[in-house]
Amino acid sequence: MDTIFALSSGLLPSGIAIIRLSGPCVRNALVQFAGFIPKPRYMNFCTLRSSTGETLDKALIVYFTAPKSFTGEDCAEFHLHGGKAVVKRILEEIATIPGFRLAEPGEFVQRAFLAGKLDLTEAEGLADMINAETESQRRLAVIGSSGALAVLYRDWRNQLVKARALIEAEFDFPDEKDIPNSVSTHIWANIARLRDSILQHIRDGKRTEAMRDGLKIIIAGAPNAGKSSVMNRLAGRDIAIVTEEAGTTRDALEIRLVIDTLPVLIIDTAGLQDTENRIEKMSIDIAIARMKEANLVLLLDDMHNPQTVTLPEISATVWHIGNKLDLSSGDYNKWPIQFSAWTGEGWDNFLEQLTMFCREKIIEIGNVVPIRKRQIALLENGLSELNTALKADDSKLELRSEHLRFASNYLGRITGDINVEDLLDVIFSEFCIGK
Amino acid sequence: MNQFDVIVVGGGHAGCEAAAASARLGAKTALVTYQAVKIGVMSCNPAIGGLGKGHLVREIDALDGLMGRAADQGGIQFRVLNRRKGPAVRAPRTQADRKLYRQAIQTLIYEQNNLFIVEDEAIDLIIENGNIAGIILTKGGAVKTGSVVLATGTFLRGVIYIGDKVWPAGRMGESPAQKLAKRLAYYQVKNGRFKTGTPPRLDGKTIDWHGLDWQKPDSEPMPFSFLTEKIKQPQIDCAITRTNTETHRIIRDNLHRSAMYSGMIQGIGPRYCPAIEDKIVKFGDRDGHQIFLEPEGLHDNTIYPNGISTSLPEDVQNVLIRSIEGLQHATILQLGYAIEYDFVDPRQLERSLELRSIPGLFLAGQINGTTGYEEAAAQGLIAGLNAARKAGNLLPVFVQRTQAYIGVMIDDLVLRGVTEPYRMFTSRSEFRLSLRADNADQRLTPFGIKLGFIGRERETAFLQQNEMLQQARKFAESVSLTPNEATVYGFEINQDGVRRTAYDLLSYSGINGARLAKIWPEFRKFNARTMEALEIEAQYAVYIQRQKKEIAILERDEGLLISNDVRFNDIPGLSNELKDKLLQRPPRTIAEAQKIDGMTPAALFLIMTHSRRFNHSQETIA
Repeated sequence: MDTIFALSSGLLPSGIAIIRLSGPCVRNALVQFAGFIPKPRYMNFCTLRSSTGETLDKALIVYFTAPKSFTGEDCAEFHLHGGKAVVKRILEEIATIPGFRLAEPGEFVQRAFLAGKLDLTEAEGLADMINAETESQRRLAVIGSSGALAVLYRDWRNQLVKARALIEAEFDFPDEKDIPNSVSTHIWANIARLRDSILQHIRDGKRTEAMRDGLKIIIAGAPNAGKSSVMNRLAGRDIAIVTEEAGTTRDALEIRLVIDTLPVLIIDTAGLQDTENRIEKMSIDIAIARMKEANLVLLLDDMHNPQTVTLPEISATVWHIGNKLDLSSGDYNKWPIQFSAWTGEGWDNFLEQLTMFCREKIIEIGNVVPIRKRQIALLENGLSELNTALKADDSKLELRSEHLRFASNYLGRITGDINVEDLLDVIFSEFCIGK
Repeated sequence: MNQFDVIVVGGGHAGCEAAAASARLGAKTALVTYQAVKIGVMSCNPAIGGLGKGHLVREIDALDGLMGRAADQGGIQFRVLNRRKGPAVRAPRTQADRKLYRQAIQTLIYEQNNLFIVEDEAIDLIIENGNIAGIILTKGGAVKTGSVVLATGTFLRGVIYIGDKVWPAGRMGESPAQKLAKRLAYYQVKNGRFKTGTPPRLDGKTIDWHGLDWQKPDSEPMPFSFLTEKIKQPQIDCAITRTNTETHRIIRDNLHRSAMYSGMIQGIGPRYCPAIEDKIVKFGDRDGHQIFLEPEGLHDNTIYPNGISTSLPEDVQNVLIRSIEGLQHATILQLGYAIEYDFVDPRQLERSLELRSIPGLFLAGQINGTTGYEEAAAQGLIAGLNAARKAGNLLPVFVQRTQAYIGVMIDDLVLRGVTEPYRMFTSRSEFRLSLRADNADQRLTPFGIKLGFIGRERETAFLQQNEMLQQARKFAESVSLTPNEATVYGFEINQDGVRRTAYDLLSYSGINGARLAKIWPEFRKFNARTMEALEIEAQYAVYIQRQKKEIAILERDEGLLISNDVRFNDIPGLSNELKDKLLQRPPRTIAEAQKIDGMTPAALFLIMTHSRRFNHSQETIA
């Protein structure tokens, strides 16, 4: 039985973050991180260290021994400071301990249930929770099944099916003339290519991790176009604020919002205007720099008193928005979106458009990179099986085939399962079987 | 009125194993068949074993079944397939002398205690209170029993096709079972239609054997049965010829006259055993397809040309045969034909092979949508075992897919159903490295002994062999070498200072028992079979450890029973699609539920939760 772990508290960053571990190897993790096994059921304050002795965090840890724990197995909880980097680092460290893997959704509850730790009401309540979790997963999966990512995954799946089918054909139909005896020798070059492509994909995924922190939306415009009112209205209404912090520069204020389950970072920038003032000029340069990495720029204009601003060349989508609709309306060709941030007129329409934009954007993002840590973990496992298969030689063909099967199992959870019928379909379409 | 504990209908491979298994367990068993002389007939190709199939025969044998022993007495061309590949994908196969095989089966059947042969036709089922209460025979009338095994092969509404000629038949020259088929339909048993085919049989005296390629048997034939010491029959070679472009032209020109292509046959045939018509249509680009000219017996001139099963009309069969090298003057003794028959959708079965809708009625063999003697026999054994247990008021037992190919097959059949006649392949097993032909006895004989249906002779032989293997393993784990010492003996080992036991050393390629015996002469006291078993086991040790983990999880989920009282319709939160699938074939365990398409962790969890409500009373049984 694997020992499983997961971040059990909510979205990061947060005040504290709790990582929960359960399974037979929990004690190994305690020794590795804390250096001792704490007295069960007591909170202990200690320093968590990495395998190389580096300090990771000062944390509270608590240890529960089987069967007196939530899951009925040995369990531990690490109560960490809720910074993203810290949590990410510790999760990665745990994953390297033999016998540990990231928990599947609902797996702690499932183990608790199997150990008879939950009564019916509790169990039903938790089922709803897993349902919600699976629902969000399912949505990700749906996203994944369209577009570029789907094409990539389907292609991998086909390559793997084909390779395995050729090997299996050689095993299961040894007397068939139509199957040359060395048919499987040709497949390894393809498997090596598949391996490279998965490796590249994992790298892409890690590189673009930053993007998954949220869409960046910039509010820009001439001074007095009403940027701050828009900011305030966004922060104050309809949308949950996760954190609010003063900007890092004197002119940029950031808020984090969640729009349609997607984290969004909204950045207010300095007014864009021609200026000789050195400090003001610096602020504008910063604003322009931020616009270049944004996904969407909301370019505000005061319709009552329009001013021409020139935007730098950027790749982001730009929306021309006419503000102060309460004072005067304007030409819809010039300002397709119009509202009054002051009275709220036209605001609902704007929010709707913004939500749509976010939804489409996450689909785009989902199409190019693996979204979740769990996906990356599966890819990495699959990759290591492919590598083992590639390293072996054909004198142990059945073992190479076994590793390809393991790889299929890991990758199948992302790309769609591969079962024996898929292999047989390929075999019977490629070869004339039946002596 | 006559009365039996178990009645088996059908004297083919499934029926014989079912009847023998039931009788071995001590049940008073009747085997009902049209003609006793046809018991154990090989209706199609004269061969037993092969990949997956050879594994099944070994498993049947490990459970003291008949097939392995009979094949050892009838085999005339033993070959271990994939001999140069790893042990997990090696399998025994033999050509068989039809007559010797049939005689061997008949002898085993006649010698079996508690087993009675009844020459008659079963035409109806007697059902009382929804359970089987007996069967009705044409001649014998009503016979009482609480357990019936139907092993009717291709006989249910069987129809033979040769070109445009069509007639009802169960096999060539034998009548089909029409009435029984109607009764099953009456009881709402869902069925489908499959087809299969057989090639024309040739007169060997009219074949020109010169210039053909030959396939040789192994110099040392390896028996199927763990009880067989030595193969006594002479071993023969087998000639190989091939179709050519002229053959292909003849087939192409006459395709519209083939029963398969004229639209007369609706049933789906097996892809791995296609008719020659199919081969030409789908693989027309090949310049030829090989044909094995398999003798049907040592003293039988009939030749089975394996590879050209067909339903073309007689005149075309003659021309096409004579277009083939070596067959220019060959005479056809019996025409090739296609046969279409009813099978029962196996998703209606329990894993004991009992029909859910009619308790006491067990189905085995081709009737469940499989093909092949070995597949049929394996099901027969499980059905017979459970029919007899039912008669004795015992709970059903089954073999898991983690244990045996038999388990893989039954699991696939009852959970997934069939879309074409089901044949065993090693690729069907996730646990191929553990489920080997060489260790079938270790996997299954203890299970059989526990159930009380292994004969004394086999039990003794198994326990001795097993004891020796354990001693050998213990010894191999008790002696070791340092890497330095290993180098002295010429082994290539990493110089990492770690001592390796003899058992560890065996996992290296190039190190075998013989080499180890030079260092530790104690190994010489173990017999060849023991040493081979030890080598194979050591070689796969790492993988088998890993598989054990997978198996443990699967077995845990198999142990989580879903109560029969769970109403899937009433579980809130399950999608309608999932409810439909659950109702179609209500899963009995969480492992079964998991295999349903579209099953989510949340849904599984809900099912478990609801099952708990009813399970408190059941847990003691599990």
